[in-house]
Amino acid sequence: MKFVSDVKADVTADIVYMMCPMHLLKLDEMIKTLDTGQVLEILTDYDGALEDIPAWCEKTGNDFLGLDEDESFYKFYVKKLV
Amino acid sequence: MRKCYFDHVATNPLDPVVLDAMMPYFKESFGNPLSIYDIGSQAREAIEGAREDVAKLVNARTSAIVFTASGAEANNFALRGIALAKQNQGKHIIVSKVEHHSILNSARFLEKSGFVVTYLPVDKHGMVDPEVLKKSITKETVLVSITMASSEVGSIEPMKDIVKVAKESGVAVHADGVAAVGNIPVDVKELDIDLMSMAAHQFYGPKGAGALYVKEGTRIVPLIYGGIQEGGRRAGTENVPAIVGMGKAAEITRNDLSARMENVKKLRDRIIKGIADMPNVYLTGHPEQRLPHHASYVVEFIEGEAMMLMLSVKGIYAASGSACSSKALKSSPVLLSLGVPTALAQGSIVFTLGKGNSDEDVDYFLQEFPQVVKKLRDMSPFAKGWGDGAQADKS
Repeated sequence: MKFVSDVKADVTADIVYMMCPMHLLKLDEMIKTLDTGQVLEILTDYDGALEDIPAWCEKTGNDFLGLDEDESFYKFYVKKLV
Repeated sequence: MRKCYFDHVATNPLDPVVLDAMMPYFKESFGNPLSIYDIGSQAREAIEGAREDVAKLVNARTSAIVFTASGAEANNFALRGIALAKQNQGKHIIVSKVEHHSILNSARFLEKSGFVVTYLPVDKHGMVDPEVLKKSITKETVLVSITMASSEVGSIEPMKDIVKVAKESGVAVHADGVAAVGNIPVDVKELDIDLMSMAAHQFYGPKGAGALYVKEGTRIVPLIYGGIQEGGRRAGTENVPAIVGMGKAAEITRNDLSARMENVKKLRDRIIKGIADMPNVYLTGHPEQRLPHHASYVVEFIEGEAMMLMLSVKGIYAASGSACSSKALKSSPVLLSLGVPTALAQGSIVFTLGKGNSDEDVDYFLQEFPQVVKKLRDMSPFAKGWGDGAQADKS
């Protein structure tokens, strides 16, 4: 897993405590609103996202920049490529 | 015999227009809202339409409405969900002593789970004092939950001042709006509250549908885990007909509220004026800042249960304390917290009017109620030696 810090996001989706698979549905919904090259930050406490979000990026051709950890949730960073 | 339903705080009859709006979702449009074929999307679109109508009723963003199965569920969800989501910031919550059981029992559950709960006292009218709230807030406080209006005594709490005090300390506010929404105008943006509970059957919608307003950006731990219904916040296949009914009822209420309030207030004021001279009968709750359809009393020397039963024989349906307290045959904790003595609190009776009531209903009530009270007092051993001395001496 790639860890990053101080990534500047253009848009943030806070889905902490929302149930699976909201992390993928929200990712899909939000990425459509971004311009190519912009970065989406997803905040979630769902452990399954550790596998799902990188896999989603690989499948859709977007760039998984990495993740940062807060005390109680994860911050995933995805750069829109397609 | 005339039937007078004066218990609109317990529930309201379903508006026939609402029932008509619900029917297709019991029949041809029965699909699961998550299904992608046409009957599924019809159900999904209906839910989203209802969400918009409920949001408009309280001036909320559509996405901030989370449907639940009841007002009680919304209250449980708010208290437990916010307490758990914020427990790393602090484990203290504040509720008032005049809350509904769904708040008080959720608070007790949290106490058993390691949270500290302050139960705010109220004044003789059941009003929370924002200054007392201010003194109760600590660095550990994460949530203040106060009823917007009391279903038992009708008092409308000073929500704006309560929110102001809480916000000064950065504390989230939940309002139990179950008794308020549909009976008085409620604007969540103007009040700046973070969460608010509602129930459809309080404004002529169906039972089985409620909602929690969750301000955008508020993190809340789900009460029910499962699928992605309600944006991943409340699992379970939606009760589509009930939600559609709640939306329709909200739409009708938004249009009719002013006229509805004016009508019930006029009738309610006739009741208050009509029994003002009855001896040892006391209005409970705030005399002015109260729900427009609400007249609540304690009647000395007799029991609310007996009044309720005798009135029901005459076709007048009322409540004694909350529906829950009434069933449990115990003194209402709400009345006791107002400082009403235990014996007097047993004589609680609550009349709440609705759009089906008329002046003729009030005439009938004003004719029957004093007779019921007199009859019960004549039988009551507690009434001996009081008031009507001659009668007491004879017995």
